[in-house]
Amino acid sequence: MAEGAIFRIAGLGKSFGPNDVLRGVAMELRAGEVTVLMGANGAGKSTLVKIMSGIHQADRGVMMLADAPFLPATPAEAMRAGVVTVHQNINDGVVGALDVATNLVLDRLNDTGRGIFFNPRRVRREAADVAARMGLRLDLSADVTELPLADRQMVAIARAMAHEPKVMILDEPTSSLSANEAARLFDLIDRLRARGVAILYISHRMSDIRRLADRIFSLRDGQIVGRFEEKPLDYEGAVNAMLGRNLGRSGIASRAASRPIFSAEGLLISPAGRPFSLTLGAGEVVAVTGLVGVGKTRLAETLYGIHAPLGGTMQLDGSVYRPKAPAEAIARGVFLVAKDRAQTGIVPDFNIYENMSLPFLPRFSHFGVARRRAERAKAREQIKDLKIVCRSERDDLATLSGGNQQKVTVARWLSQPSRLLILDEPFQGVDIAARHDIAAKLRESAADRATLLFLTELDEALETADRILVMSEHTIVGEHRSAEVDMERLLADVAGRGIGDAA
Amino acid sequence: MSSDLVGKPVTEAQPSGGARLSLRELAIRYGFLLLLAGLIVFFSLATRGFASPQAAVFILQSVSITGILALGVTATMVVGGFDLSIGSIATSAMMAAAYVMVVMEQNALVAVLVCLAIGALVGLINGLIICYMRVPDLLATLGMMFLLIGLQRIPTEGRSIAAGMTMPDGSTAAGTFSANFLALGRHRFDFFIPDLVPASVVVLIVLAVLIWFFLEYTRFGRMMYAVGSNARAAEFAGAPVKAYKIWAYVISGIFSSIGGILLAARLGRGDIASGNNLLLDAVAAALIGFAVLGAAKPNAFGTAIGALFVGVLLQGLTMMNVPYYTQDFVKGAVLVIALVFTFSLLGRNAR
Repeated sequence: MAEGAIFRIAGLGKSFGPNDVLRGVAMELRAGEVTVLMGANGAGKSTLVKIMSGIHQADRGVMMLADAPFLPATPAEAMRAGVVTVHQNINDGVVGALDVATNLVLDRLNDTGRGIFFNPRRVRREAADVAARMGLRLDLSADVTELPLADRQMVAIARAMAHEPKVMILDEPTSSLSANEAARLFDLIDRLRARGVAILYISHRMSDIRRLADRIFSLRDGQIVGRFEEKPLDYEGAVNAMLGRNLGRSGIASRAASRPIFSAEGLLISPAGRPFSLTLGAGEVVAVTGLVGVGKTRLAETLYGIHAPLGGTMQLDGSVYRPKAPAEAIARGVFLVAKDRAQTGIVPDFNIYENMSLPFLPRFSHFGVARRRAERAKAREQIKDLKIVCRSERDDLATLSGGNQQKVTVARWLSQPSRLLILDEPFQGVDIAARHDIAAKLRESAADRATLLFLTELDEALETADRILVMSEHTIVGEHRSAEVDMERLLADVAGRGIGDAA
Repeated sequence: MSSDLVGKPVTEAQPSGGARLSLRELAIRYGFLLLLAGLIVFFSLATRGFASPQAAVFILQSVSITGILALGVTATMVVGGFDLSIGSIATSAMMAAAYVMVVMEQNALVAVLVCLAIGALVGLINGLIICYMRVPDLLATLGMMFLLIGLQRIPTEGRSIAAGMTMPDGSTAAGTFSANFLALGRHRFDFFIPDLVPASVVVLIVLAVLIWFFLEYTRFGRMMYAVGSNARAAEFAGAPVKAYKIWAYVISGIFSSIGGILLAARLGRGDIASGNNLLLDAVAAALIGFAVLGAAKPNAFGTAIGALFVGVLLQGLTMMNVPYYTQDFVKGAVLVIALVFTFSLLGRNAR
């Protein structure tokens, strides 16, 4: 099976402390082929990339490049041996203060034996060479920061190609590109393929994978759990393998919505999406699922007034709802437990009760003076309700574990009655016990409001929601009731096979 | 009761509010206040006349203008910003007060209102530049500082302003500093002892209490802290982040102009060369304030104590005949020690 593979990994293992991140990964890359690696968050993709690119060292296992052992101690060593990586963050691949030409030949400027003086004409000539070989039509004297993201990405890839690599790793290269920009990137990748480069392509986007993949490997819990090498490729099988089929159903009795609280007609949230409709009823818990980068957070933030919708109308409790800022959403009773609590959730300098009362300070104030006693009483109530482990409501947030910090951010928005409670990845970085506490509290308190959860992990959605909506390419493409869910159809929707109109 | 006895923090069960402090925590919280008390005791024993009401009032008076500016810059630090233009706002206000009274022959009330308006306007412009033009706070206010230092010299072509001065066109200015205005700098209120407390000290205390209450006890102050600690989280909690930031610079501008009014009233003239040290002294007081009560963040009470600390130290050293030219060295040393204390011992990233 591994015949003709230029790069081979066997039994690769890596642990961080007690965490086994990689547990015996075996994989081959072939020259002139695009190998797609799929995996959910935390499956070990980025660790694998870091080992291949010399940032981390493996604890166990071997890597072979062209039948010679490959053990890079630094990224520079990996690069010299012929394995280059274009990292996810585009701006890591280019230097913003320099023009395109200098960026293209930047690594050569660091070569030993190069003269001290910088010869702009020679740089320009070498850069024109590189650009021509890659078929890049860019103004070489332009500043990199003036280029659109896609062009910057191309420059980063072309720069990587200047090393004449045998293996190129592309880590989610399209995650911030539009469909048109991605198409240009794919053309470039075709060109690399034709030049005989072995490409490891990491992505969540099914459209990318359909367009590029020669083979697909699915990574789950630090192991390759699925290999798909025969055409036509089994895309759904790959998604299945990556998400795992042991979806423990913990018997949720689906509740039917009594009356609608929130509805949206012809909602368009991104130029890359299509209009869709959405109705949420009192008492039901609805989960929106879909792969990373399909617009889940965009939808959550649109409903919360951070982004304006590009089209369509929204209604809340029978009247028009068009929030221009979070304050307006909060006033109407639409709350958001935002994704990534460190960025958008907690105030690190505040203690528990100050964090909980933050959005509701006007309600806790008399003539502008905050009533701490009321704040603290409310916080104590919530601490008990959600079983937050702490000494008192005056503990600093920094002293709490991640799961308890997340409980505080959820408790903040449960502390006041809401009409529509939106939670974007509320179980991120939360252990199972905390997850159960939060989910139980959400379901228990859901009676008078609509609850909308955004979850990438299917298990979590099946575990907590009455109804599951599937998002793909900034559009809701499928709807499933948790009680009688058809896994085949659900996974097909997640993989991007949904039929245009739903929900 | 050593720290060993406290042991591991009990995770549940412990009644709220019953947290006992270890020695280290006690040192962090009260160390700076203790040091201040120690200094006062030391100077009282070492010099004659330090432990008198007159000396205490003198210290307060010496730090009043610096302290007011420091309280203003504290507001901008609370929202995660910084205001380098405070010193130049103060001197601009001083020049404006002198110009309004001496050249334009207006009364004290007009002069005060003009100064306050200048402070508010400059603060507003600072805030707008920082929030809407996205200029980093340090650079925006540095530019504003430069601009104001130049601007305040233009109306008089670089001359200081005093009653009876010769104007650029050769005439003599007819106005004078009004007596009411000068009283702001020279009047003393009775406090047990007749003619003890100068007006500037009263202004300092009133403003300190006001800003302290505002920052600690009102929801606006709380929100400003939230903005400074995590602006995105504050935004997601519905706070108008930009408005809070702009208000912080307006507060800073107004406080600075009040400092300028007191400076003009004390000097009785618009002196082009005065006020050079205001910015550094005020910023130092606000930063020393981080160390007070283990706050590790800008706070009004700490700022007031910081200003007082510097005042006590300088006054004490002066009375012990330490030469004047060592003053800046002493202030700098105190600042460095306070910052090391704040950031290493508290281990928390302020700002």
